Amino acid sequence: MISLAGRDILHAWGKFVFTGIGLGLLIGVTLVMAGVYRGMVDDGKALLDNSGADLWVVQKDTLGPYAESSSLNDDVYRAILAMPGVAQAANVTYLTMQVRKGESDVRTMVVGIAPGALGATPGWPPYLVAGRQITRGHYEAVADIATGFKLGDRLAIRRNHYTVVGLTRRMVSSSGDPMVFIPLKDAQEAQFLKDNDALWQSRRRTEANPAFNRPGVPGLLDAVIASQSSNAFVNTVLVTLKPGHAPDEVAESIRRWKRLTVYTRAQMEDILVGKLIATSAKQIGMFLVILAIVSAAIVAFIIYSLTMDKIREIAVLKLIGTRNRTIAAMIMQQAIALGVIGFVVGKITATFSAPLFPKYVLLMPFDSIAGFFAVLVICVLASIVAIRMALKVDPAEAIGG
Amino acid sequence: MSGKGIHIESLSKRYGDGDTAVFALKDVNMHVAPGEVVGLIGPSGSGKSTLLKCLGAVIEPTAGRMTLGDEVIYDDGWKVRDLRALRRDKIGFVFQAPYLIPFLDVTDNVALLPMLAGVANGESRAKALELLTALDVQHRARAMPSQLSGGEQQRVAIARGLVNRPPVILADEPTAPLDSERAMAVIRILNDMARKFETAIIVVTHDEKIIPTFKRIYHIRDGVTHEEAGEGREFE
Repeated sequence: MISLAGRDILHAWGKFVFTGIGLGLLIGVTLVMAGVYRGMVDDGKALLDNSGADLWVVQKDTLGPYAESSSLNDDVYRAILAMPGVAQAANVTYLTMQVRKGESDVRTMVVGIAPGALGATPGWPPYLVAGRQITRGHYEAVADIATGFKLGDRLAIRRNHYTVVGLTRRMVSSSGDPMVFIPLKDAQEAQFLKDNDALWQSRRRTEANPAFNRPGVPGLLDAVIASQSSNAFVNTVLVTLKPGHAPDEVAESIRRWKRLTVYTRAQMEDILVGKLIATSAKQIGMFLVILAIVSAAIVAFIIYSLTMDKIREIAVLKLIGTRNRTIAAMIMQQAIALGVIGFVVGKITATFSAPLFPKYVLLMPFDSIAGFFAVLVICVLASIVAIRMALKVDPAEAIGG
Repeated sequence: MSGKGIHIESLSKRYGDGDTAVFALKDVNMHVAPGEVVGLIGPSGSGKSTLLKCLGAVIEPTAGRMTLGDEVIYDDGWKVRDLRALRRDKIGFVFQAPYLIPFLDVTDNVALLPMLAGVANGESRAKALELLTALDVQHRARAMPSQLSGGEQQRVAIARGLVNRPPVILADEPTAPLDSERAMAVIRILNDMARKFETAIIVVTHDEKIIPTFKRIYHIRDGVTHEEAGEGREFE
């Protein structure tokens, strides 16, 4: 038996191909949307992986440091280091800001990393693609290659300038902003540093406050001003564990004895994926549903139109003894063919357009496979209307009168 | 009378019930022998199409008896379970317009019926080509329907009606869209094929040009048929 659907498609291939291209662009957008979500999740996981930490110690009752702000004194890490099972504990600060790059600026996450040994201190970039790690206590930076900085470039953070000594790759925040690593002390200062006018105004207010400027207490004013001009806080303490120690047990121990909030890797992933990007995921999910409905409507309309164009031929086919299932199969095969053409066009579109998006778009093979089957299901469902109409055609319509 | 060909006795078709009942056919009797071409003529609304649909097993009569060849297909109810297979294997249709499948070439348009009946593609196409040759359109075997003239399309449609060698062909105004010359050519072909394949052919027509060619004519008016001898002019 010949393929009626195949012959019809070959006969009107232009209509099918151009409709398939239109549908394919829609499917391409759908795949990219899924890729945007995957990219967000992957950014979050990359952030956790690259931190090199087993535990995140943050301000009590916060979801810090990525989902909420968290502030800890920078000497807390010493107490944590003394806890059983803790191998390393290092202060880290995170500050999302615009870093000046020549005449323009670039949105980055500035990470303050504590001095330490490469590979042993959590928070450091685990590998470089060019240059070296930070070796000085001030004014050196390692930048993600996505920032556009090159080795030797000068970048400005607040009032200080830093020289880029190393470049890394795929070091991004949970929102996809590339990271710039600078020494912890500089980062603490950057979080707090004000412009000259603001400093002058602050000092003037403090001097005018009789509580701080007592004639009988020399040195008090200077001490207060000094305390206002320094920052002894960090956002989190990253902890690595000694071999053989369970993260949950060490985390519970720190919670109990240091009265701090501690997250394991799994918990932090839940926060990033389940809370930080949950709204974005829902947004993307809504778009995917709408795009699926629009795709189904388009396929249904096209198949319905193609079937309407053949209503007399269908009546003749039924009159001369064609089985209903042969006619239904013809319509369904055409819908599936349309879906396959659309998916191929969509996949090609998504693959070539993904790198052009400003944020990371991760096209997963599983999503493509799931998308392919979803397209097939949508096409089959969309063809039902046309099939119902075709099966209702009375073979007597082929006979006049 | 029974035997080969198609034979109908007291066939009636009623639409509606009670006070609103309308009889489209009233005790119609008809016999068409194998190899015979008869005309069925009548004004619009006389019941021609209803009779054709009953004969074609498309709609169910209300009462009567129909015999196709040696097989009783209707006797106050269908005696055949699979009407679709009956239409495919035992009844050929030729329509007012050719209604060829536009996305199949000429050969496959004709070969489709045997393929639907489960005959292998190669054998079906061989049958189709044989008929196309008989109808002198074998040179257009690979052409698409849109590439054929009106006369060629109608010949292909006749080939499709004949390909399963049905004992009866129902032709619904097959010459309506054709000029006189082509209309006469189609009628000549139908007569030739009827003789060659021992097929009973019923031609519904309004076409004054071809009416004199029939040896027997059934007039139908208000659902009642009257048989009369035709002139049989062209084919004596």
